[in-house]
Amino acid sequence: MAEDKLFQLSIISPERVFFEGRASMVELNTSEGEVGIYKGHIPMTLLIVPGIVTITGEDGKKLAAIHSGFMEVLPDKVTIMAEIAEWPEEIDINRAKEAEARAERRLQMKDPMLNLNRAEMALRKAMIRLELVQESQRK
Amino acid sequence: MPSMRDIQRRKTSVSSIGQITKAMKLVSTVKLQKAKTRAEQAKPYFDKMYRTVAHILSRSGQIRHPYLHAGDSQKKCVITITSNRGLAGGYNAGVEKLITESGFAKEDVELVAIGRKGKDFLSRRGYAVRADYSDVINNPMYSDAMQICQDVLSAFAAGEIGEIYVAYTEFKNTVVHTPTLLKLLPVEFSEEEIQAGTEKTHAREAAMNTPMNYEPDEEESLDIIIPKYITSIIFGALTSAVASENGARMQAMDSATSNAEEMIEKLSLQYNRARQSSITQELTEIIAGAEAIS
Repeated sequence: MAEDKLFQLSIISPERVFFEGRASMVELNTSEGEVGIYKGHIPMTLLIVPGIVTITGEDGKKLAAIHSGFMEVLPDKVTIMAEIAEWPEEIDINRAKEAEARAERRLQMKDPMLNLNRAEMALRKAMIRLELVQESQRK
Repeated sequence: MPSMRDIQRRKTSVSSIGQITKAMKLVSTVKLQKAKTRAEQAKPYFDKMYRTVAHILSRSGQIRHPYLHAGDSQKKCVITITSNRGLAGGYNAGVEKLITESGFAKEDVELVAIGRKGKDFLSRRGYAVRADYSDVINNPMYSDAMQICQDVLSAFAAGEIGEIYVAYTEFKNTVVHTPTLLKLLPVEFSEEEIQAGTEKTHAREAAMNTPMNYEPDEEESLDIIIPKYITSIIFGALTSAVASENGARMQAMDSATSNAEEMIEKLSLQYNRARQSSITQELTEIIAGAEAIS
């Protein structure tokens, strides 16, 4: 891969520096839709919605799950500030499945006391985790 | 003069206290190392967050945003971070003093207490405790900070509280910890802070000749980014406080151990003197007895 197509990518979460390296493209979900960013993008700050981020780096593709945050894009540098970021290896499938079932059940009960936003967020998180695990196993 | 038995007994008790303080010092040294690395790992995230918020604020000028103006309520919410356990020297007293001497009227303050020591002290003094998250301090996670942030922000949005502060101990290095009272909401940056925070971004903008774009626009981004910013401050404060707590305990236990050693030295001297004088006394008695017989 040509060196001039790579940019610096760092994914920072509050607990650690999640990823630091060079990449040729990064794809993820933002509040304005799905985006793919190459080197030389105009400076931009975007809000991230929960989803899977695909990093195309020097040694192939890498997948990770990101739940909420924002990113700063510069022509030669992309910084992703993620509140929660996980590699597929770190995800516990059974737990995610359980969480999914629990959130679904809660949403169906239509309890007036229920914090709808929170239950939906939990459901979305669980679904992303499962999707990520499946995606990474297919490869 | 105390008898030999008394001195001996005191010596044993002081030395066993010394052993305990020594062990506690070792434990807090290990914990401090761990807490320090955690506090350091949280730093890059916080710095970047700070720069982004400063930059948005510098560009958006006089925007009307609820998070940038104090609410109507007189109530001030103070998130107080202290420890659950004592024997940490002046650590808890420092934070407690910040609040009692802050000049806030007692009835206007509502506490969100993290750490039992501070909660007990302040509620005894008549401060109202709004919520208690004391368990968090044992092992602060980012999700805990999120939870606390959500609670206080929703109270702010509902108009229950007008301002939010956080009182914690800033960890400068292993020996220096300063109690700090920080205003979280409304977000206020002084000109210098904005200047300092945006210097890097502005330099970059000048170099590239294009300004930073926001998508969605700045004001909408603020809605999302400010809660994250506050969460990151709370998280930073939590990790910093844990590091300070262990640092303070380590110091306190270190001086306690050396005090115990000093005391043992004094007591052994006293003990030896008492022993010697009792031997001398015995001898004189024997000699006097022998003389009386002959």
